[in-house]
Amino acid sequence: MGAIRLEKVKKSFGTLDVIPGVDLDINDGEFVVFVGPSGCGKSTLLRLIAGLEDVTDGKILIDGTDVANEAPAKRGLSMVFQSYALYPHMTVYNNIAFGLKMAGESKDVIDQKVQSAAKILNLTDYLERRPGALSGGQRQRVAIGRAIVRNPAAFLFDEPLSNLDAALRVNMRLEITGLHQELKTTMIYVTHDQVEAMTMADKIVVLQAGRVEQVGKPMELYNNPANKFVAGFIGSPKMNFLGGELAAKHNCHEIGIRPEHLAVSTESGVIAATVKIAEHLGAETYLHVEADGLGPMTVRATGEMPLGEHDKIFLTPEQDRIHRFDAHGLALGAS
Amino acid sequence: MEHKQSPLGYISFSVFAWIVGLLIFFPIFWMVLTSFKSELEAVSIPPSFISFDWTLENYAEVQERSNYFKFALNSIILSVGSTLVGLVFAVTCAWAMAFNPTKRTKDALLWMLSTKMMPPVGVLVPIYLVFRDWGLLDTRFGLIMVLFLINLPIMVWMLYTYFKEIPTDILEAARMDGATLPKEIIFVLLPMAVPGIASTMLLNIILAWNEAFWTLNLTTSDAAPLTAFIASYSSPEGLFWAKLSAASTLAVAPILVIGWFSQKQLVRGLTFGAVK
Ligand SMILES: Nc1ncnc2c1ncn2[C@@H]1O[C@H](COP(=O)(O)OP(=O)(O)O)[C@@H](O)[C@H]1O
Ligand SMILES: [Mg+2]
Repeated sequence: MGAIRLEKVKKSFGTLDVIPGVDLDINDGEFVVFVGPSGCGKSTLLRLIAGLEDVTDGKILIDGTDVANEAPAKRGLSMVFQSYALYPHMTVYNNIAFGLKMAGESKDVIDQKVQSAAKILNLTDYLERRPGALSGGQRQRVAIGRAIVRNPAAFLFDEPLSNLDAALRVNMRLEITGLHQELKTTMIYVTHDQVEAMTMADKIVVLQAGRVEQVGKPMELYNNPANKFVAGFIGSPKMNFLGGELAAKHNCHEIGIRPEHLAVSTESGVIAATVKIAEHLGAETYLHVEADGLGPMTVRATGEMPLGEHDKIFLTPEQDRIHRFDAHGLALGAS
Repeated sequence: MEHKQSPLGYISFSVFAWIVGLLIFFPIFWMVLTSFKSELEAVSIPPSFISFDWTLENYAEVQERSNYFKFALNSIILSVGSTLVGLVFAVTCAWAMAFNPTKRTKDALLWMLSTKMMPPVGVLVPIYLVFRDWGLLDTRFGLIMVLFLINLPIMVWMLYTYFKEIPTDILEAARMDGATLPKEIIFVLLPMAVPGIASTMLLNIILAWNEAFWTLNLTTSDAAPLTAFIASYSSPEGLFWAKLSAASTLAVAPILVIGWFSQKQLVRGLTFGAVK
């Protein structure tokens, strides 16, 4: 079991309130992603749950028991660090076995658990190596192996993929998702990459300056962002925000329209614009344009888009895809 | 980045380095040489370099007059003992400072080091009185305590710079894995810090071995190490240069050998953190 509940969790470093007060419910077996810009307090929140930092105030309940004052090991959670944090002086086998040894398991039990974890993670041939003799991806797997063997109530990941190159990152992303489907254990995953959040999460928690901006399923956040921050953070390329007359016509302070929800025409449309840069990615084209009287915008168009610098185009937003925001950046309902 | 150097600069630096090296080495060389001379040749002017009657007489006499091995044993016990005791305190202290620093950690470190700047003679009387009243004079235990305390700041400082280089993540991983604090230190921190601990121990053994102020003032015979052995040859009836040299050679030989074989470790230890 691994249901985790945060009640008014606060954390200050001296006079700096990093987490002013967070309430959050994580269900057993859920894959939850904390996402937000660098420095927003994601790691701190994760470390509070892990017990590596002490809460300034509030409760952390794991399966109903408040563990806010318990030692990390007592909480029954496993953590995978960004730097892998493997024990450099131990073999892969001993790295994975360390937690079991600390728990006082017998040699046979340890061996059986390490071997089965190694098999799941394709590490069987590397058990006698030191971490220094492994590739980045393999080290990451050892770190995951070390986390699985303890059979934790929940896994905590702190940006585990950010030290890997792009291709490996996609692979490991799939492996971790696969692992979750297999183990069905609660996972809390911290990242600043909204793509990882969108692709992996059952539930995304968007954080900014230590505050929870919105909690929801990936597509909920995409379709119904609660405010401008979430709207701008989820989705790539970023949502366009337009004020002025166009917003006034929709009865709000600002409207938001995602680059993929703009129809492109060379003849007519709502917004006239000039192409500045066209990025041809093959499957799609990103047009960075200067809209007349509205400023820069980004458009996501089809792959075969024979447009280049200085071309005049017209953009038409899909009416039911327009997001409306008030002067405080809060989302308004459909107009 | 490759540092380009002119041949002339290279040569002049080499010459300079050689001169400094020889200057430092010369007294030791002269001491060893003198220890093989007779007392007469030892003070002869001009001094003779190679062309004298080589003799082992001094060594034989020194061993006969005072039991070298008894002093050497004390030196070993004092230097190794104070180092081991020091290590227990220094490791825990450096752990706290490196991994749980506060605003005052740097100040505390500097303050500890500043105690090394005080002349020891300033506290000679109080310490002597404490030793006398507690019956610690001329005991190995008393001296181990003093030597360990005077070198503790250096041990803490060295271990601290080493521990600083160890990523906190790894210790946190051990904590997540259920290691208690002693286990975290013994199974994770110490094995990773082996080079640092080795050079700290080596340096401390050497410092304790060569320490002469406290060992001379607080011992007479039972706990007297090699420093006292040497001092006993500068007698009021006049100096016996050759015998003094033989005694000194015997006293520094063990530490010289250790130092020679571990110079890589030592250099790394002393420059750790400064040179990367
Ligand atoms: N030990 C600490 N002492 C003081 N400030 C800290 C400490 N750890 C983190 N912070 C501050 O807390 C904020 C959030 O940090 P962090 O949780 O690491 O952000 P994120 O993981 O989202 O990038 C940052 O402003 C950081 O400087
Ligand atoms: Mg972080």
